Amino acid sequence: MVKAILLAGYGINCEEETAFAFKKAGAETEIIHINDLIANPKKLSEAQIFAFPGGFSYGDNTGSGNALANKIRNNLWTKLVEFIEAEKLILGICNGFQVITNLGILPGIENRQAKRTVALSHNNSARYECRWVSLKSFSKKCVFTKGIDLIRMPVAHGEGKFVADENILKQLKESDQIAFKYVDENGEPANSVFPQNPNGSLEDIAGICSKDGRVFGLMPHPERNIFFTQQADWTLQKEKLKRAGKEIPEESAGMQIFRNAVEYFK
Amino acid sequence: MEVNLCRIEVSFQNDARAKIAKKSIERAGFGKISAVSLNDVYTISSQFQEKDLEKCAFLLHNPVTQQFSIGKPLPSKEFDWAIEIGFLPGVTDNVGKTAAETLQDFFGEEAKETAVFSSQLFFIKGDFSKEEAGKIGEIFANPLIQGIYIKTREQFEADSGMDVIAPIVKLHEEPKAREVNLEISDEELLKLGKHGILDHVESDGTEARRGPLALDLSSLHIIRDYFKKESRKPTDIEIESLAQTWSEHCKHTIFAAELDDLEKGLYKGLIKDATEKVRESKGKEDNCVSVFVDNSGGIDFDKENIVSDKVETHNSPSALDPFGGAITGIVGVNRDTMGFGMAAKPIINRYGFCFAEPKDAELLYRAKEKGNSILPPERIMLGVIDGVQVGGNCSGIPTPTGFMYFDERYKGKPLVFVGTVGLMPRLVNGKKGHEKKAEPDDVIVMVGGRVGLDGIHGATFSSEALSSGSPATAVQIGDPITQKKMSDAIVKEARDLNLYTSITDNGAGGLSCSVAEMAKECGGCSVDLEKVPVKYQGMSPWQIWVSESQERMTLAIPKEKTKQFIDLMTQRGVEATAIGEFNDSQRCVVKFNNKKIMDIDMHFLHDGLPRKKLATKPMYPFLKNPSFEEPSNLGRTLLEMLSRLNICSKEFISAQYDHEVQGSSVLKPLQGKGRVNADAAVVRPLLESQKGVGVSHALYPGYGDIDTYWMAAAAIDSAVKNLIAVGAKMEDIALLDNFCWCSSNEPERLWQLKKAAQACNDFAILYKTPFISGKDSMFNDFKGFDSDSNALKISVPPTLLISSIAVISDSRKCVSMDAKIEGDLVYAVGFTTGELGASEYYRMQAKKANDKNATGGTVPTVDGKKALASYNALSKAIEKGLVASVQAVSLGGLGIAIAKKCIAGRIGAKIDLKKVLSVGINRNDSILFSESQSRLLVTVASENKSGFESAMNGIRFSKIGIVSGTKLEITGIAGKQKISLPVSELEEAYKKTLRDY
Repeated sequence: MVKAILLAGYGINCEEETAFAFKKAGAETEIIHINDLIANPKKLSEAQIFAFPGGFSYGDNTGSGNALANKIRNNLWTKLVEFIEAEKLILGICNGFQVITNLGILPGIENRQAKRTVALSHNNSARYECRWVSLKSFSKKCVFTKGIDLIRMPVAHGEGKFVADENILKQLKESDQIAFKYVDENGEPANSVFPQNPNGSLEDIAGICSKDGRVFGLMPHPERNIFFTQQADWTLQKEKLKRAGKEIPEESAGMQIFRNAVEYFK
Repeated sequence: MEVNLCRIEVSFQNDARAKIAKKSIERAGFGKISAVSLNDVYTISSQFQEKDLEKCAFLLHNPVTQQFSIGKPLPSKEFDWAIEIGFLPGVTDNVGKTAAETLQDFFGEEAKETAVFSSQLFFIKGDFSKEEAGKIGEIFANPLIQGIYIKTREQFEADSGMDVIAPIVKLHEEPKAREVNLEISDEELLKLGKHGILDHVESDGTEARRGPLALDLSSLHIIRDYFKKESRKPTDIEIESLAQTWSEHCKHTIFAAELDDLEKGLYKGLIKDATEKVRESKGKEDNCVSVFVDNSGGIDFDKENIVSDKVETHNSPSALDPFGGAITGIVGVNRDTMGFGMAAKPIINRYGFCFAEPKDAELLYRAKEKGNSILPPERIMLGVIDGVQVGGNCSGIPTPTGFMYFDERYKGKPLVFVGTVGLMPRLVNGKKGHEKKAEPDDVIVMVGGRVGLDGIHGATFSSEALSSGSPATAVQIGDPITQKKMSDAIVKEARDLNLYTSITDNGAGGLSCSVAEMAKECGGCSVDLEKVPVKYQGMSPWQIWVSESQERMTLAIPKEKTKQFIDLMTQRGVEATAIGEFNDSQRCVVKFNNKKIMDIDMHFLHDGLPRKKLATKPMYPFLKNPSFEEPSNLGRTLLEMLSRLNICSKEFISAQYDHEVQGSSVLKPLQGKGRVNADAAVVRPLLESQKGVGVSHALYPGYGDIDTYWMAAAAIDSAVKNLIAVGAKMEDIALLDNFCWCSSNEPERLWQLKKAAQACNDFAILYKTPFISGKDSMFNDFKGFDSDSNALKISVPPTLLISSIAVISDSRKCVSMDAKIEGDLVYAVGFTTGELGASEYYRMQAKKANDKNATGGTVPTVDGKKALASYNALSKAIEKGLVASVQAVSLGGLGIAIAKKCIAGRIGAKIDLKKVLSVGINRNDSILFSESQSRLLVTVASENKSGFESAMNGIRFSKIGIVSGTKLEITGIAGKQKISLPVSELEEAYKKTLRDY
């Protein structure tokens, strides 16, 4: 059975619903406190998927994701590199995305070195934004976004503005690493316009993956759109479906991301 | 090796915060700003060498977006003034704490003593004076907790930057208890009660006292007599401890007092009485599990689980420091969930704010000659909103519902309501989860944050003390991450490992209340106070005992499990310390370095305070109806109403509070394409179950000006109705009461209070909706001066918040408020009469006429029996899936409810006012804006017309229109079109008022 490990502790707070999504997708899951993982790093070798859930690790102090990344770099770096080199999957959602960019495992490590080249900075509004956004998938190699074109899910963050310099951006494009971009409801580019692009991200980038497509980070929360009734407009959809004589689904689109991860090992 | 101080400065190449800061400065009236930039500063106290500091800087900055400098300023920017804002000694510094943890993790043992202090350095370009620069600093700093350090560019360059300041607390308190002499004159006793124990006499002869005990003369006589019997003088810690335990805050003396002919008092005689009667009448259907006995109230959720709910207020602290007051409020009420039974998991946060109008910039003062100004309403509003945002978001608890209500009488003291719903298994390790009992020989363990001078006498801090007193004690700031770590470790691990027998939170009164309260369960305790971990050395024992430092729980742990428990906490990065033992000695004993400094009989400590006897005196308001013609342009009136502060969109708050975390969201705070603030929210706390929890609330402080009985009745009716509207059923609803009163020593105010409580009793019993928890805050008054030194008193209007909670059996059947599909029929349920007294409409007209007393005298009343029948019928219709949308009618009446429905659905409607069931009304504006209670607006698909109408058989309801087009078109009672407005225009009016926030 495919096993997913989900990190917890120090203010991470989306581990339970993220584990639920993986379980629903057919994985065995284990939520592990970071201190337990440091004490017993072998746990990582038992898993195929390593997820960094959303939350507020260290209260975003010293920069979102930075303090937890420091702790991981300081205590788990070698094991983490081994995990990546074993061609397993890593998923970072929201604060988890901030952590893995601070670790430098996104856009990717070179020579086993942690080097930060992209960042997630304060939203243009300098305020926490919790709202639903539309995303369009771009990368053909990202394992997690396979089969997805347009998808909606909520963002909830204060520091989600994607920042990178021109060279890095060029590399990301050339190696097909831009996984998700913010778009409007019709799938047209958000063009940096709020609220379609909720934070001012460079080129509307919402999520990126590693060169091999196996490490994936995104600001929006797919685990918050796995049920029909989680959607912002489900009551309207329900009325429309009922009147069209159609069945009302139980599940929602975000599940595809977790299913893709689990299916990858099958 | 020597400890040295070094500054590391970090700045973004492009800082969104600086741009927003510039806007804030401009909004405050400084128009001459041409540039603002911002550095984050870490002042490191360590033994590090230069190469180590390079590593520190690497760990504390992001090379992609930031640059840094060590020990010198960053390359110069364009600026005229440098303004640095840092915390005062002893104030919680979360950023500094995380930075220190990061460095300690990286450097290991050698960095054990490293401390980090965070500050922010603003560079501002603009032509203004040093005094103005100070005022700019105050936009970002609160002088109670932060220091502002200012340099001109010249100074900055001459000094090579800002000064290095490490705000370290230095105390020189006596580390022992002192005796207090109570054998003194009544005059001296009164001084003791009002201003506190004499600490020392200054060189100029003035007495320095330790701050208010809030003990009246009769209480002090009782204490004196007690110690006479004990044949000794009390110690300072004993007096402080009694003052805490007997405070209005802890004992609710007014609600407990005998009132007129009400021998049992308001609480037992009316509030608790209602719950008991409801439970009895519901018999087997009784859904209460734990009411009025614990930190929260609990009701049935499903076969395996209970939900708990609690709503608190944090008014005084929020008046002093809006951010700190609000964040400690929300994380504090989270602990009421963790402290419910054997600990519940927080699943919903809720909030409610009462402020004066944010545009009111006229300052008031606590002292004459413009001394010690209170914070302006806008500052309070933004600080409070931010405090609840940081507290809730950082804790990973969704905040799906809340409200913001405005009245000028909240200017002296805002009201800040915060609530938390929790979820807990019925059985914890085979025992009832909602029950707990500390056993003799259990170890007393304090968990979480350390103890400092925070919040000592916080609730009763006088204005004099605030202007001159020590800032470390006045205000507390929350540290939600410390609490989150503790919460996870207790609720998700220690509880289910059966590691403790009892748990409670440290709130008001700190250890003095939590330990003494738990000691009741077994019959006594003995505490070794020197074992309590402190933030800094030099505190007196009484300070450690009553400190309200945040993020702490107290647990009772069987001796043999203590090590396992403390080890688990340590592994989770949570500090836990054994500080004494519970016993059955019937004494509350505190020792300090083996010396007994407190030894009080448990019975006296808890029940020594005799009940008060109070009397009321009726008061009747003199309010008249406004006199004005029906406006010729009703469309314009509707737009004006939509823009009113109490009706307009509060989207900017809802969108910054995470309401999706935990994956539980069903009905959200903003509904429909048009994102309209909903009155109720629904969450689904268990991912694998369709069961939901609905939460709502209501308050009508305006109605209290006419009659507090109907104010309370309307609040109960609306709080219930809002839940019915989303799909809850009457039998599943429970209530919480929060009375925020004023001048409660005046018999007239007590009369108003009694009437409100009577309505609570009447309507809770009629609706069979039990009260499960409540709280009161009785003195929300401000006494001070205007800018001409004229004395003034501002009292909040008597305010009763009713919060409601319901378990919803299938959340897939829930209904949102947005009008949905072209052709749907619009029904109004309920009856409309000319009840416009204190309505938003009359308040608007009275303001236009500049006549404060012309807000009307006809208060909306509640016909409970008819309402009940409507609600039950509508519940059935919703259950059958016959309803497409429901909006409860509240402030602003039918007109506003219709408009909100259209805005939310971004779809028009055609409405005929002739079809509205009404009596005694011959004006269109009265029909549109009457606030008659118990009404709901429903849309129904045309194919469900007969189904809906037969489900509502016997109920007063009528079809008033149809969902159609892109305009709201309203035909008046004379058959002429009175309103025709594009929905986009309605939306603009609804959203523009607070859009700039």
